[in-house]
Amino acid sequence: MSELQDRMTSGEATPDGRGASMAGIPHSGAMGMRLLSAENGEALLMLPYSDFLVGDVATGVLGGGAITALLDTCCGTAVFAAKAKIVSTATLDLRIDYMRPATPGKDVYAHAECYRLTRSVAFVRATAWTETRERAVATASAAFIVNRKPEAGA
Amino acid sequence: MIEQGAQSDLLDGLSKSIPYIRFLGLTFERRGDEITALMPYKPDLIGNPLLPALHGGATGAFLEITAVTQLVSDTTLRAMAEAGGILPDDYAPVMPRPIDITFDYLRSGKPLDTYARAIVQRRGRRVANVRVEAWQEERGKLIAAAHGNFLLSAPATDAPG
Repeated sequence: MSELQDRMTSGEATPDGRGASMAGIPHSGAMGMRLLSAENGEALLMLPYSDFLVGDVATGVLGGGAITALLDTCCGTAVFAAKAKIVSTATLDLRIDYMRPATPGKDVYAHAECYRLTRSVAFVRATAWTETRERAVATASAAFIVNRKPEAGA
Repeated sequence: MIEQGAQSDLLDGLSKSIPYIRFLGLTFERRGDEITALMPYKPDLIGNPLLPALHGGATGAFLEITAVTQLVSDTTLRAMAEAGGILPDDYAPVMPRPIDITFDYLRSGKPLDTYARAIVQRRGRRVANVRVEAWQEERGKLIAAAHGNFLLSAPATDAPG
């Protein structure tokens, strides 16, 4: 996890000590995303509730796009966590089902699982929630192209 | 009173009043009934600093917001036509909510300005199906596309059953 964490986080501390900052991925860092864990093809991220991410001023609900960005980042992180040899990934497609609005004022969590990894492609599913995982805010499924470190002698 | 020419101002005001749209730095232009959205490049939008490439989440959010903006624009133009060309000052269109969206990432987004347009493939009473495309230097070379369903009806009329 440490090499992975270095790549994602740039080693920056978070103001409240919860998780690791994701400053290694500028857009995720700017949104305030945190990496809570990443191992064995699974990733757990958290997006702290922030006023600048609100998409509906009347209710204080976060923009749907912010959930999209969180799930995209979480899926990509799970792919990296699946095999140390993966040097880069590119999202092929990402489908998101929006189940209910994120509860205003609450941090959003996202968990992703890379459930199949071939030489070239990774398949991932993910869930985002605020209070409990059973009451999902959104679910996602994604496919990634993966680039591995060249084999020795190749 | 909101008149025809002021509809762009309405969209502009709407987008400026939404914090997340301001965070992304998006602006919108209307030509006839077609919205073109602009996501000006800024370092905060980068996902992969090594390439560098735009964050897929930023591009996805941009596509999603472009679809919603096109739908709101259509709603407003319809309301205006029904009201005889003039809308009341307190006019506030219902914001469409995404039901599901599929994003296709076609090319790596360069650190450049990105544009997007949406085509409403079907607009029903409750649901609209929309396709959105994003490009940078060349209109024919899309960096991403999305299609999705959006709920149009107000929450009050969207009671279960």
